[in-house]
Amino acid sequence: MAEVKLLATWPSPFYYRVVWALKSKGIAYEFIEEDLANKSPLLLQYNPVHKKIPVLIHGGKPICESMIILEYIEEIWPKNSLLPNDPYEKAVARFWIKFADDKSPEIWRVFRSVGEEQEKAAKDSLEMLKTIEEHALGEKKFFGGDKIGMVGIAFGQLAQWLQVIEDVTGVKLLEASEFPRLQRWINNFKQVPVINENLPDYDQMFAFFKGRRQMLLASK
Amino acid sequence: MGEENKVILHGMWASPFSKRVELALKFKGIPFEYVEENLKNKRPELLQLNPVHKEIPVLVHNGKPIAESLVILEYIDETWMNSPRLLPQDPYKRARVRFWTSFVQQQLIETLLTVFETDGETQEKGVRDMLEKLQVLEEGIKEFFPDGNPCIDSNNIGLLDLVFSSVFSHYEIQEEVLGIKIINIEKIPLVCSWLTALNQLTLVKESIPPHDKLAAIFKFVREDALKSSSA
Repeated sequence: MAEVKLLATWPSPFYYRVVWALKSKGIAYEFIEEDLANKSPLLLQYNPVHKKIPVLIHGGKPICESMIILEYIEEIWPKNSLLPNDPYEKAVARFWIKFADDKSPEIWRVFRSVGEEQEKAAKDSLEMLKTIEEHALGEKKFFGGDKIGMVGIAFGQLAQWLQVIEDVTGVKLLEASEFPRLQRWINNFKQVPVINENLPDYDQMFAFFKGRRQMLLASK
Repeated sequence: MGEENKVILHGMWASPFSKRVELALKFKGIPFEYVEENLKNKRPELLQLNPVHKEIPVLVHNGKPIAESLVILEYIDETWMNSPRLLPQDPYKRARVRFWTSFVQQQLIETLLTVFETDGETQEKGVRDMLEKLQVLEEGIKEFFPDGNPCIDSNNIGLLDLVFSSVFSHYEIQEEVLGIKIINIEKIPLVCSWLTALNQLTLVKESIPPHDKLAAIFKFVREDALKSSSA
């Protein structure tokens, strides 16, 4: 099998999306740590347009953008499928994947801002959570089924990174009583072995993002 | 048309997101019913079909709705597998098409909106960003047209072609309304040949709304945006 390498940084949630996809399919890969403060020639060569991680390198060919990487992984290694087979169900899944990609940045705005800007970001984040609670999560254990799939992986930030953001900023967004389905999904998601065994250490994440936020605030 | 396989597209005549789906259906020869939606006064049916975003386009197939233009296009390609195939078969090539489609969708459209909806320094910066990004696209599409000669026809037109055409085929009208040159043949010759090839296709030509109508709505959108930003 051609070599698989993953160029990424810890603790990027986009990096973890790819890890979960690769591990759920039993694909071996080499992790290459990137320093975004000092971008490597490798990154500049493999993602010249955006210079961002993650980049999957398969047989020497680069694939960029986490959800595009996931679609690629699904097509090359169809075992342990992450998308429904039925074209309509697949379209519904892709709708939510796009929603996750478009709206998840709101929680990071909460992380990066203060005052009025942070209040607006918190409001937008709650709107996003409300939509997921009311429209995306049915009564099934995971989005659309009994097993995790690409939609759950796309929303993975909400399973750990959201809590870190809440704890670092002191802004509570996900009250379990207001979002019972979402809370239940988070609990189920984190118990799935491939997720459970591949989540960044909470304390390390907290320390990392606390430091980051302090730096951000100091520069304002 | 019987209920089985019935296709309905809910769209808006000036929306590039709606336009690209229309074009995909027409190029694939899929019969469909078109419903023009009023976005200023949204019908309850539209809100039911797309409760999350309340937007067009929405494709309804066999009574089931699908929203988000790129999701719809991939659905169309997987459901009606006749030519033209909107995405290549090879997974790596598919990833490349999706990458550049995402670039047009996220980077170019966002910058175009800035240029349309602002003035002064903000607009000037938007124009500079636009020109820079078009330069990136110029380099990027070389992998799709290795001989430097885009030959697009109704059998090989693809996802990236449809998305790009839906936004830029009427670039002359955009430039007229803005009073700014965006598509510069000296700076982006390959992008220009690509646009020329696309605009020669009958279905693309027919899909561009009448000049006066399109110019009027662009002017309106711009004036409206400038008013509300200075309010």
